[in-house]
Amino acid sequence: MKPLDCPLPIVDTETILLGHGSGGKLTAELFRSVFLPAFDNPVLNRMDDQAQLEIGNMRLAFTTDSFVVKPLIFRGGDIGSLAVNGTVNDLSVGGAKPLFISAAFILEEGLPMETLRRVVNSMREAAARAGVQIVTGDTKVVEKGSCDGMFINTAGIGLMRSDLHLSADQARPGDVVLLSGPIGDHGIAILAEREGLSFETDMASDTASLYPLVADMLSTGAPLRCMRDPTRGGVASACNEIAQTSGVGIQLYEEAIPVRAEVRGACELLGIDPLYIANEGKLLAIASPETAELVLAAMHKNQLGEGAAVIGQVTTENRGLVTLRTSLGTVRVVDMMANDPLPRIC
Amino acid sequence: MKYLDEYRDARIVKGLLETIRRKVTRHWVLMEICGGQTHTIMRYGLDELLPPQIELVHGPGCPVCVTPASILDRAIDLAQREDITLVTYGDMLRVPGSRLDLFSAKARGADVRMVYSPLDALRIARLNPQRKVVFLAVGFETTAPANAMAVWQASRERLDNFYLLASHVLVPPAIRALVSSPENRVQGFIAPGHVCTVVGCKDYEDLVQDYNVPIVVGGFEPVDLLQAISVLVTLLEQGHPEFANEYPRSVSYRGNVEAQRILEEVFEVADQSWRGLGEIPLSGFRLREKFAAYDADKVFALNIQESDAPEVCISAEILRGLKKPTDCSAFGVACTPESPLGAPMVSSEGACSAYYQYRRHSLVTIQ
Amino acid sequence: MCLAIPGKIISIEDENGIRLGRVQFGGIMQPVSLDFVPEASLGDYVMVHVGFAIAKVNREEAERTWQALEEMGMLAGELPVDAKARSQP
Repeated sequence: MKPLDCPLPIVDTETILLGHGSGGKLTAELFRSVFLPAFDNPVLNRMDDQAQLEIGNMRLAFTTDSFVVKPLIFRGGDIGSLAVNGTVNDLSVGGAKPLFISAAFILEEGLPMETLRRVVNSMREAAARAGVQIVTGDTKVVEKGSCDGMFINTAGIGLMRSDLHLSADQARPGDVVLLSGPIGDHGIAILAEREGLSFETDMASDTASLYPLVADMLSTGAPLRCMRDPTRGGVASACNEIAQTSGVGIQLYEEAIPVRAEVRGACELLGIDPLYIANEGKLLAIASPETAELVLAAMHKNQLGEGAAVIGQVTTENRGLVTLRTSLGTVRVVDMMANDPLPRIC
Repeated sequence: MKYLDEYRDARIVKGLLETIRRKVTRHWVLMEICGGQTHTIMRYGLDELLPPQIELVHGPGCPVCVTPASILDRAIDLAQREDITLVTYGDMLRVPGSRLDLFSAKARGADVRMVYSPLDALRIARLNPQRKVVFLAVGFETTAPANAMAVWQASRERLDNFYLLASHVLVPPAIRALVSSPENRVQGFIAPGHVCTVVGCKDYEDLVQDYNVPIVVGGFEPVDLLQAISVLVTLLEQGHPEFANEYPRSVSYRGNVEAQRILEEVFEVADQSWRGLGEIPLSGFRLREKFAAYDADKVFALNIQESDAPEVCISAEILRGLKKPTDCSAFGVACTPESPLGAPMVSSEGACSAYYQYRRHSLVTIQ
Repeated sequence: MCLAIPGKIISIEDENGIRLGRVQFGGIMQPVSLDFVPEASLGDYVMVHVGFAIAKVNREEAERTWQALEEMGMLAGELPVDAKARSQP
């Protein structure tokens, strides 16, 4: 037999790869190696979902996001509703009341006006439902072929309560991990519309403004440690960030994680793990053990949280790692996502 | 999901483990051949649940892992041509060729698309008559019939823009190579259940006869694998090298006759190079002469030099069950899923990728 | 790559000369070529790999094995291992 036959490593650090935008390890790598050192300031260094700014005696939350989802229009929403809800949610999970949004459009030459109107209308409805106003924006047009129809960039401003301190570094051993409902809906809804994968489903994206749910949870008075909307990279990535930032372990219970039958079927078929799939209307919260029941009850009363469940706990063991107790009782690691099974998901 | 969920039943798993525990009296080295089986074992921690006397080593049953770099190089060369759309299974996108992988090629402008099924590849060809669609198809005997069908269907529809660039590998010759190697430690094999679903059981019965080693066909869910292991242990403890089919809901003795027919029609057996194992005679498929018009190798003049790369990657020894991924000095350091040195780290079914995902950290049990 | 999962045939039609079934997996449906399983019909379960059914799930065998496994699961006792019988053609 011939001896070993291994290739040279692909050390392609000279170009941006799709993986850099997936919200997993490569994205984190890029942020740490390129953006953080360049922009370096105390606010950015906290690496929260939204920047928390103090201006006089006001605390503002400030966030930005870009939306490059393909296709533009899908069951349950479109790039517009995604943009508004996504921005609102980024603010909400920090405990801020979302107030104002900006919307900058990059449009591809040749985009049908009809499509633009539809997306804009969708944004109007989403903004009304979320109680925010789109107060400023911009429009650029690029040559045909330079962007897939439309990209939207947003920024959002919200007002923070002075008594809240929600952050990824607040999780403590003994805390409870709560999830507002079944995972994977958005990712699978998008996947169903992609070329190359021809499965049929009624699955719709779960894109929604989570602020009403957050408000209900906060009004219980329970001291929540941290909240996340697990978009790109899914629940797995959100939990990994919290575990690493707080220096704790997080153990999830496989049997407790709600997944719809459609998502399960698609995942089994394609060999994907639902824990890594993007959600656009789900909330992950870390609550103190004494108040978890109270928060869960509040979640159940809201339509956005009717499927809410306890899905895990924060531990001293295995710090910095997320583990899963499988249905067989064994435990395995839920790693930070390396390669995105679903690019251009939001 | 019926015929799936039941085979993950914790109670039955427990019962099977108990049965195995009671039967085993000494150390046995078992190999599960298929990468999908390796992943189930890792995902559910089955190797940790089994009694310590049972050592599971992982076989070369990952067609992505054993695809020679030269095929990737040919695919990348084609993908970079203006008029060609390169279509392939998702897993193939990140397998390293000599210099690049298809994903990087895509990043640099090549038209590379992912499909789940050869049917989707055909659809892309039909919808894009102005493009030449090359389908990079790899697989064991499980996938070969689907790939063959794509070519057969293309010829039936007289598509003039569909081509196959294929690397198929056959399991029995690899097992023969493994078992007859003087370094072989494996005493019993779990045969790949979906390969056997297609080809049937005879080849594996023959292997048992020829090498005096027990082989049991296993499925892919925890109950299926433990059942196969349970039977293997019985055979080993009793000193009876025999064949058994422990996946009868999917595997029949004859296998799938229709699938075999299309294989016979479209492919012929040929010598094949396996990454990590070298060249094994009569261990692959190539398109028959009558389908030459669909053979990417014949239609496009391909200019690939084989390269001799230095060896840090020990995938050869891993694929032969001689070493574990954690024995490799590059594992998790120079070689990670983001920057793989070898194929077993790339493929979602590769042993290294499984170990990286699930076993990189040593875990503390939570009280 | 040898990922094949069981699904139920919900409908069958002919497309471009391929016998195509709509197969249900959990909550989703997928078009699957049934050309390798001419004996499979509506309501049958098939093992599907890359969009092709490669076997019709053998219900009788599944039942038989299942009963044995269940008993064993309940009793945590000896599973009848009948290796020879199962390897008959």
